[in-house]
Amino acid sequence: MSTPAILDRKDFDSLLGALRDRGHEVIGPRVRDGAIVYDTVDTAADLPEGWTDEHEGGHYRLKPRTDKALFGYVVGPTSWKKFLFPPQQTVFRATRVDGQLRFEPGVVDDHPRAFLGVRSCELHALAIQDKVFMAGPYADTTYQQRRESVFIIAVNCVEAGATCFCVSMDTGPAVGAGHDLALTEVINAREHYFLVEAGSNRGAELLAAVPHRGATEQEINAARGGVAQAAESMGRKLETEDIRALLLGNLDHPHWDEVADRCLSCANCTLVCPTCFCSSVEDSTSLDGGEAEHTRHWDSCFNQDFSYIAGGSVRASTASRYRQWLTHKLATWYDQFDSSGCVGCGSCITWCPVGIDITAEVAAIRASDQRRGDR
Amino acid sequence: MSAPASQPLDPMIPRQFRIEEAFAEVGSGEVYSWRLSPLDGEPLRFAPGQFNMLYQFGIGEVPISISGDAEAAGLVHTLRAVGGVTKAMQKLEAGEVIGVRGPFGTAWPVAEAEGQDLVLVAGGIGLAPLRPAVYCALRHRDRFNRVFLLYGTRQPEDILFREELEHWRAQLDLDVYVTVDRGGPGWHGNVGVVTKLIARGGFDPANTVAMACGPEVMMRFAVMALQKHGVAAERIYVSMERNMKCAIGYCGHCQYGPHFICKDGPVFRFDTLQPIFDVREL
Amino acid sequence: MDMLAAIKAEPFFEGIPEKELALLADCGEAGTFPTGAWLLRQHAPAKHFYLLTGGLVELKAFVPQRGVVTLETLGVHEPLGWSWLVPPYQWHYDARTLEPTTALVFDAVRLRHEMEADHEFGFQLQRRVIDIMAQRLQAIRMQSLDVYGLPGGAFL
Repeated sequence: MSTPAILDRKDFDSLLGALRDRGHEVIGPRVRDGAIVYDTVDTAADLPEGWTDEHEGGHYRLKPRTDKALFGYVVGPTSWKKFLFPPQQTVFRATRVDGQLRFEPGVVDDHPRAFLGVRSCELHALAIQDKVFMAGPYADTTYQQRRESVFIIAVNCVEAGATCFCVSMDTGPAVGAGHDLALTEVINAREHYFLVEAGSNRGAELLAAVPHRGATEQEINAARGGVAQAAESMGRKLETEDIRALLLGNLDHPHWDEVADRCLSCANCTLVCPTCFCSSVEDSTSLDGGEAEHTRHWDSCFNQDFSYIAGGSVRASTASRYRQWLTHKLATWYDQFDSSGCVGCGSCITWCPVGIDITAEVAAIRASDQRRGDR
Repeated sequence: MSAPASQPLDPMIPRQFRIEEAFAEVGSGEVYSWRLSPLDGEPLRFAPGQFNMLYQFGIGEVPISISGDAEAAGLVHTLRAVGGVTKAMQKLEAGEVIGVRGPFGTAWPVAEAEGQDLVLVAGGIGLAPLRPAVYCALRHRDRFNRVFLLYGTRQPEDILFREELEHWRAQLDLDVYVTVDRGGPGWHGNVGVVTKLIARGGFDPANTVAMACGPEVMMRFAVMALQKHGVAAERIYVSMERNMKCAIGYCGHCQYGPHFICKDGPVFRFDTLQPIFDVREL
Repeated sequence: MDMLAAIKAEPFFEGIPEKELALLADCGEAGTFPTGAWLLRQHAPAKHFYLLTGGLVELKAFVPQRGVVTLETLGVHEPLGWSWLVPPYQWHYDARTLEPTTALVFDAVRLRHEMEADHEFGFQLQRRVIDIMAQRLQAIRMQSLDVYGLPGGAFL
């Protein structure tokens, strides 16, 4: 890690300018439709200055802050995955020519992007999706193309949301790896600045191109203190000890049915989850029948069709689908990708319309562990 | 034939194959087979037990096991008209072009049975994915001791590859036993479940490799019968089925506990599935 | 043919003590039946217990309007019927050989008598018949699921 530097709030636009100069489309947080979402950002004025977000199970509200922090919120309903793994994309177009088929791969929109405001949990989610899409026997080349041109400016969390539990998942709140630059926002009555640390050569080069100065020890401490405070104020906690064996040993636990009584099978949790990666495909033809399109779109294990094989769905009950989601995320993910599939961002709790809480459901199973003999 | 279109190396993009021959296997074509040849001339090499994603223009893609001989020219698939895509494909005729991606998945470990008895247990349409293993065993017959094909299906009219079964039994050194759930006039063979054929034995359980393919319930009973007869779980292989979209491990559909059927399967050694095999709706 | 050796070769009798095996040998003889032989006839007294050692036998029921329906076929190592052990000791179905068939044929009347006289012997035999009955019941349940009628099987 490089020597920490200070970027003043007034110079923030020069950071965005330097990114644009390097050909990046800057994507960052913006207020829209009563939420903080990620979209194209032109100047600092587009950022959610003075806004924060209030989280609870099934509850999300934007609230004005008493200060003018740019990154004074936690996480919104959209994660970065939609830019690397678009909700819908064309896999191929097929045309019929002289009794043959011509297959044309879909165009991949892989122009250079800069992600501004990536939280530590989200960085971990990116690393997890990298593994899913690029580390298997076959890589998803469309993801790979988009991913390779991304520049990442991470932001350390200095406040935790009420549904956050990154400390439990060991994924935050401090930014660890995978970023080009990491910012920590410090704001008080007298000053407003960002502690900037480069995580890559590209990051250091970018920093060199914007006005900055060396950080004093006091400034560094102020930034680190904020992050420590966030770690202390996690809204939720998930006990991960032995979690894989706990869940896989309780596949017949009655609690799955109990959750199913509340679960609407709406798939919100999988849509907001920054690591959920399932997709389906759909086929369509042009009106004259000459061209067909094979499109891929986000799918969810909560959809009944998801497990359909001739004759019926394998997972017909809501209980089995909730169990699939939760045990995949927290247990079988270890078998498949050597890590948890949960980064503790809390989005699934916040955006569940009935407030189903992954941390509470695991705790309920742990409290009445039905494994025989081994506990 | 015009010059073949060059095919991208992307595993999500199909290659073109022409249906050289399309024929009914059962009844009026509820189960049918295709013999396919690649337009680009490059043969599709596969191992017994693997599958391809077959694409019909504008209709969609389906995962279908390869049912032909891995060591012969040509690609053979056997399909059952049961879903939207396979019903549409049933109407395709010789000469038409489809898309093929593959081959994908794990194979029947036929070589593992060398020097031992090989017991193939098929149920219903599950004989199709096992047929390449039969071909393989017959081509290298001297490498195995006894080779059994135990096949159960619903009724005599549904028996798949009937002439071939008779040929194998009569001409070749293969113990073929067929049983049906319901007999009928003119049927003089076995009536009863396929597990009974396992109980009749004839193979040395300690030196047997068994492979089962069919509906999940049938495989469950077959595995129980094999185990009861003394064949260890580490010597039993089964082929699993789940919904599948990408076939290369990232659409998430084919998950079965910790496994992705498309890349960790479809053929699994039974002991690796044992902890989850009886879990409902997994 | 050495009856005792033939009995010992059958998995059905595995684990039965030597003394009882000798008794069984004394109650039975080897039988050979050509194709088309009737081994059991519906409602006839169940006077014999057949344990098949080769060939194939079909168990048949007559269903009005449908004719004769094959319920099941039985082959090597399989006992043919259990009505000899259950009152009123009458066969419920017909059984006919589909191919030349061999069997160990036991005198059921005498077996019943010996089983009554020596409950240990009776238990040994009865629990084996119960095992067979359980297997047949499981098989019938599996057939009633009609698994091949539903779509299933790998990828098809």
